Amino acid sequence: MSLTLGHFLSLGAVLFALSVIGIFLNRKNLIVLLMAIELMLLAVNTNFVAFSYYLGDMHGQIFVFFILTVAAAESAIGLAILVLLFRNLSSINVDELNTLKG
Amino acid sequence: MDVKTGLFYFFSIVLLFAAFRVITARNPVYAVLYLVLAFFQAAAIWILLRAEFLAIVLVLVYVGAVMVLFLFVVMMLDINLDGARTGFWKHFPMAAVVGVLIALEMAAVLIGGFRVSEEPHAPALLGQAATQISNTRELGKVLYTQYLYPLEIAAAILLVAMIAAIALTLRQRKDSKYLDPSEQIRVKSKDRMTVLKMAATKVAKLDDAATVNTAENKS
Amino acid sequence: MSQTLSAATLLAVPMAPLAGAVLAGVLGTKFGGNWIGRRMSHSLTILSVLLSFVLSAMTLKSVALDGARFNETLYTWMVVGGLKMEIGFLVDGLTAMMMCVVSFVSLMVHIYTVGYMEEDEGYNRFFAYISLFTFSMLMLVMSNNMLQLFFGWEAVGLVSYLLIGFWFNKPSAIFANMKAFLVNRVGDFGFILGIGLIVAFSGTLNYTEAFAKAADLAKLSFPGTDWMLITVICICLFVGAMGKSAQFPLHVWLPDSMEGPTPISALIHAATMVTAGIFMVARMSPLFELSETALNFVMVIGAITALFMGFLGIIQNDIKRVVAYSTLSQLGYMTVALGASAYSVAVFHLMTHAFFKALLFLAAGSVIMGVHHNQDIRWMGGLRKYMPITWITSLLGSLALIGTPLFAGFYSKDSIIEAVHESHLAGASFASFAVLAGVFITAFYSFRLYFLVFHGKERFDQNPDAHHGDHHGHANEQHEPHESPWVVTVPLILLAIPSVVIGFMTIQPMLFGEFFKGAIFIDGEKHAALEEMAKAFHGPVQMAWHSLTTLPFWLALAGVATSYYMYMVNPALPAAIKARVQPIYTLLENKYYLDWFNENILARGARAVGTGLWKGGDEYIIDGTLVNGSWKVVGRVSGVVRRVQSGYLYHYALGMIMGVFVLMTYFVWLK
Repeated sequence: MSLTLGHFLSLGAVLFALSVIGIFLNRKNLIVLLMAIELMLLAVNTNFVAFSYYLGDMHGQIFVFFILTVAAAESAIGLAILVLLFRNLSSINVDELNTLKG
Repeated sequence: MDVKTGLFYFFSIVLLFAAFRVITARNPVYAVLYLVLAFFQAAAIWILLRAEFLAIVLVLVYVGAVMVLFLFVVMMLDINLDGARTGFWKHFPMAAVVGVLIALEMAAVLIGGFRVSEEPHAPALLGQAATQISNTRELGKVLYTQYLYPLEIAAAILLVAMIAAIALTLRQRKDSKYLDPSEQIRVKSKDRMTVLKMAATKVAKLDDAATVNTAENKS
Repeated sequence: MSQTLSAATLLAVPMAPLAGAVLAGVLGTKFGGNWIGRRMSHSLTILSVLLSFVLSAMTLKSVALDGARFNETLYTWMVVGGLKMEIGFLVDGLTAMMMCVVSFVSLMVHIYTVGYMEEDEGYNRFFAYISLFTFSMLMLVMSNNMLQLFFGWEAVGLVSYLLIGFWFNKPSAIFANMKAFLVNRVGDFGFILGIGLIVAFSGTLNYTEAFAKAADLAKLSFPGTDWMLITVICICLFVGAMGKSAQFPLHVWLPDSMEGPTPISALIHAATMVTAGIFMVARMSPLFELSETALNFVMVIGAITALFMGFLGIIQNDIKRVVAYSTLSQLGYMTVALGASAYSVAVFHLMTHAFFKALLFLAAGSVIMGVHHNQDIRWMGGLRKYMPITWITSLLGSLALIGTPLFAGFYSKDSIIEAVHESHLAGASFASFAVLAGVFITAFYSFRLYFLVFHGKERFDQNPDAHHGDHHGHANEQHEPHESPWVVTVPLILLAIPSVVIGFMTIQPMLFGEFFKGAIFIDGEKHAALEEMAKAFHGPVQMAWHSLTTLPFWLALAGVATSYYMYMVNPALPAAIKARVQPIYTLLENKYYLDWFNENILARGARAVGTGLWKGGDEYIIDGTLVNGSWKVVGRVSGVVRRVQSGYLYHYALGMIMGVFVLMTYFVWLK
């Protein structure tokens, strides 16, 4: 059995699903939420690279490049916000973060 | 089963296990470390897909910088771990349902829509002197010609992110005597001074009496 | 005078009273600072009306003897689309006659008021109002287009309102003036519809231009129905006349209008304003001639008014109300004549009636003054000894009213009766019965009034409520009646003269001559009543002799005799009859329950509709459902929707996932 695109895509799908589950399950820890987001991005990147290999197109990898850049920027800012939040609320419990409630 | 396939399965199983542990780890430091493991496996898989540059970049930049940053933050925040896990398994069924649904959907879309059983293409790019052309060079060729403008913008994004992160978390020194000049100029006299109207006190007779008293007391 | 009249002279005729009214009304009242006193204000207004009368008489002479005519526009107010709105005068026989009648009666009333309103505080205001009325009425009769006619129409209605409610502190006066105005409004609504239809289909307000298109209008039918357009127009115009000239059922305001001072009852509600409707129909004769249905309608309404209002006059005890119902009945006569296409006869009766009815009202006022403001004829009697001039002039007026041969009323009334006989319209048989029965009834109530007031035992000491009048300021309380001052009796005499002679003098030229040529149009073939009469007419003296053999004369005589018997010879008889026919008496006393109907069903119904719309429509629907309901709905919906924003990250993430899931399902499986 040789490797096909389907293998990689399924891998990406399962990884993505896992990270979504992670978002739902983590009511208590905001950091794990951010990590789950990183996992999601990883899944997507894997998809891109797989497509790039199997379709022989370089553009997929370029896209991964940019995704990596933006993901890095986003996690930096996300963590900065987390730190500020912790400074003000002394907690990273997601359940307690509902001051924007309508 | 050839080596490549075996390696792929090995790496993906570890990857999935690590991802699972990220979300279920009790200690957040463990979660970060499992995430690092997950990234390493992903990098290995990418090398299998002949994207060496990206794999190395993933390890260097992502693991090396971003994950370390996560670790910094986790260790810096004084997190109370006791109440961190209550109610975890309560939501698991719902989350599991959602997860399964997503996985199935994506599989349906991706597998149904693409010719996934074929062997990888070998276009002219990768065809002729396959061993001579490295992934890095190919990446560079496309990046610096077609995608130059997005590259510059990506640089700007990083700059902005840096400034944003600093601006968000910057704290003033508590003993700084800095004054905002515009506020200083905007001050009005009535903010600083209040004129009170007081009735003039009558001192004539009482005063005499007081001085007499005090004189008497003193003497 | 030349063939055309001078515009300046004609303009002075209405403008002089207007100037007098403005001066007296502004400078003579608190509004203008009370600059001029009573003598000045009454002198100003009397002089202005005198000028108006003199110029009118001169105009009449030019029109009648020299054949002069005038039909010009003096001022164009505005032009809207193609429609011109102008001020202009049309002076022909009809106009000249009306001008003279109006200005003469107005002059008499002005002089009379000097005596009658002597003790009243609102003296200057009264003179201003009656001069203003004179101006409005003159503008109405002299106009050459329907807009000015309508202006005059509304203005006389307004001044009538002001004058009926002259003593505005009396609640009954205020009730009466509102009633008059509102009932008139109903008529005016029909009137403006008629004018609107004329404008819509002929494109002009000017009489001459509209009448020129009358023949074309007669061929059209009212859009969307199969009624003739000309019939609809004429009936709408006549509705206006019904309001103004108090025809059944819009007559209800006239008896109540007796709340106003007697001089205005004479001026407005006998001689001039109420005749505006008759005048208007006569002026619109080219249109009415083209619609037989409308003429039938006019005749029947007139006949009903003539007969049934006469019945009501029999049982009235207020001296002014007897004369008021008499006016209503006579207006019915004029309307019947209009219906019979004998327009000149109707206008002739209008003129004679103006004189003798004004005389009767002013005489009634003199009597009221004489018995210290008591108006109930049950507490009068034997006044002929105390008030000789009033007595004689009243007798002359009453004789004229009942149609005594050689008096003015005889010529006009008998001509009406003949015209109705000759008419071939469908309603003519009912109308001739009505006018004949009316002769008896008119004679009966007129002489009932006369005998009860001037003859018989003196009953003024028996009056249970002694001091009626509020405007009574005699220093020495005389309880015996006295004759009125010369300012009151001279107008009575001056009005008595034409009441006697004018019929005799003018019947030939007005009815059977060229006087109304060009002013009144009669379709000789279809409505030949006047022609038949002309053939039978051989001069006024012969007519008087001939009448001795005709029914009306004997009916009138019978009426006088019956009233003499019932009120002089056997005074207990009326009470006995009343006891026998109590239901009929109650019906008459309640004025056929029309007032009850208007007040309880129409007025209360309108108020109920208003309240219903207010509570149901405004409060419940608009305020409650639309305004309050909309914010409540918004509030409730947003109360539910706001729960979507829970503030929890995982809820938002779930929302996103769900959204993606739905979209994916849609695109993958359903497309």
